[in-house]
Amino acid sequence: MAVLLLAEVNNGELAMDATAKAVTAAKALGDVTVLAAGASAAAAGEAAAKIDGVSKVLVAEDPSLGHRLAESTAALIVSLADDYEHIVAPATTDAKNVMPRVAALLDVMVISDASGVVDANTFERPIYAGNAVQTVKSSDAKKVVTFRTSTFDAAGEGGSASVETVSAADNPGLSEWVEDKVAESDRPELTSAGVVVSGGRGVGSEEDFALIEKLADKLGAAVGASRAAVDSGYAPNDWQVGQTGKVVAPDLYIAVGISGAIQHLAGMKDSKIIVAINKDEEAPIFQVADFGLVADLFEAVPALTEKL
Amino acid sequence: MKVLVPVKRVIDYNVKVRVKADGSGVDLANVKMSMNPFDEIAVEEAIRLKEAGKADEIVVVSIGVKQSQETLRTALAMGADRAILVVAAEDVHTDIEPLAVAKILAKVVEEEKPDIVLAGKQAIDNDMNATGQMLAALLGWSQGTFASELNIEGDNAVVTREVDGGLQTIKVSMPTIVTVDLRLNEPRYASLPNIMKAKKKPLDEKTAADYGVDTAPRLEIVKTEEPAARAAGIIVGSVDELVEKLKEAGAV
Ligand SMILES: Cc1cc2nc3c(=O)[nH]c(=O)nc-3n(C[C@H](O)[C@H](O)[C@H](O)COP(=O)(O)OP(=O)(O)OC[C@H]3O[C@@H](n4cnc5c(N)ncnc54)[C@H](O)[C@@H]3O)c2cc1C
Ligand SMILES: Nc1ncnc2c1ncn2[C@@H]1O[C@H](COP(=O)(O)O)[C@@H](O)[C@H]1O
Repeated sequence: MAVLLLAEVNNGELAMDATAKAVTAAKALGDVTVLAAGASAAAAGEAAAKIDGVSKVLVAEDPSLGHRLAESTAALIVSLADDYEHIVAPATTDAKNVMPRVAALLDVMVISDASGVVDANTFERPIYAGNAVQTVKSSDAKKVVTFRTSTFDAAGEGGSASVETVSAADNPGLSEWVEDKVAESDRPELTSAGVVVSGGRGVGSEEDFALIEKLADKLGAAVGASRAAVDSGYAPNDWQVGQTGKVVAPDLYIAVGISGAIQHLAGMKDSKIIVAINKDEEAPIFQVADFGLVADLFEAVPALTEKL
Repeated sequence: MKVLVPVKRVIDYNVKVRVKADGSGVDLANVKMSMNPFDEIAVEEAIRLKEAGKADEIVVVSIGVKQSQETLRTALAMGADRAILVVAAEDVHTDIEPLAVAKILAKVVEEEKPDIVLAGKQAIDNDMNATGQMLAALLGWSQGTFASELNIEGDNAVVTREVDGGLQTIKVSMPTIVTVDLRLNEPRYASLPNIMKAKKKPLDEKTAADYGVDTAPRLEIVKTEEPAARAAGIIVGSVDELVEKLKEAGAV
């Protein structure tokens, strides 16, 4: 049984971590073919060919596939779909944009954000902000699945899959890219970082978020935020952790000035060690914390940064 | 311009979810239900388009149990003009899958001919994040998902999207489906006079069969479980103790 896996490609580069994690999930289903699509995707395809467990790579390069516009990317995937029983991707915002469109074009349900593979038809997925885990069995001929990357380990490198090129499908011409606003950062990427330090509304301002960033830099960590911190303009949207933000499961997660609403817990409660710093001892975040410190963050965070 | 907004009745986001002991699902009997928070944002955006003179009619539609009527009344009280209830389930525990919802919505779109469909990015019960994209596929329309900004410019919609790397702006041709994210706007509350007025606004009742759509699920729910619980942690007395514990645990 064959699996087509849509690689995460950003501006021609392979997002190795997300793609390699999806490969781990996909390997359990069958022979994995990776599709690298983009305005330029050859380098991404070469990189994907080295992931352990990948048996073939398809490279599709066309201006219409740049910036992962949903209409043209879905058309491409559907044009290749005949040969595969599973069509999968890491559950990134790009894939969540494209894969339901693919599923509907194939008249099958999509299985979003799967956190476990039971068998080729059966998957586990969190629902209700992670307050329940559902096991679903698909009766569709083709399974379209996105995999929650935080629950799978990345496949290693060392493979040498063959690389072929395929052509783009006809561009439906329904949408065009205008611009990206991407913040450049030297910090590790939030969803693959081993340590994450997140700040919430308690941090109080964009300026004071520097406290969070300093602690993160001391630990070589990524920086995260609660929705309230993002909504208040203390932090950019791509830092949001939670039900509707990013899902992370680092070795160490430090939540500072975050109350611990279920929507936030949904994005971090599978972290290995959770530290909470909050001045309110009743804050629900302490219920999931391994180590809780009831303190004013403006004193505790600088002290912690200094002592580590 | 006509706007269609699909709204879903879901468990209120403040309610603590309880998994049923027999593993058949989440207990929804006698719990507070509300409009999916993302759909409130979609309704709000539609009303703002109308207030800005860009839209002239807002139709809201909900698919599910009869009680979804309450959700539609809320949308009417916020400012929508007309509602369509599509009864497709009898038991509040029956969730209609996004594919079937999208198929019904596609039929509603054929009848109503909206210029734009504003849906939520995801329903906070099944967390699927799929219906808008599926509807766009079935109609062969463009899609602008996870919108934090929306501008109608002639025959196009310019959509700023919240994506993993930050923000992406795209231009999609109309008619189109836009799914809305949390930071698009802050929805208004319905005032009491508007709640009263909403009772008189038109609400059509249909069934899934009226649209000839088979709502049989493609995904069988094998079981629903509580997530693994975390072991209880400890409260440390000082920053020094925290550092010590983290070192002991090999975390730093
Ligand atoms: C549909 C939906 C989706 C959502 N998705 C997400 C999501 O993805 N991610 C997310 O995070 N939220 C999400 N939310 C929002 C969520 O419900 C909460 O509102 C949000 O997480 C609260 O953020 P917070 O903890 O920073 O703020 P608050 O709840 O206001 O908590 C601030 C905390 O800071 C503490 N504090 C204040 N000052 C200090 C100080 N000096 N020192 C120490 N502690 C201090 C306070 O004691 C308090 O506990 C969503 C909500 C909805 C409805
Ligand atoms: N049963 C339903 N009735 C009306 N709208 C729905 C229904 N299910 C989903 N939607 C719409 O589709 C969006 C995404 O839902 P989902 O794909 O289930 O996460 C919701 O925010 C609603 O706008």
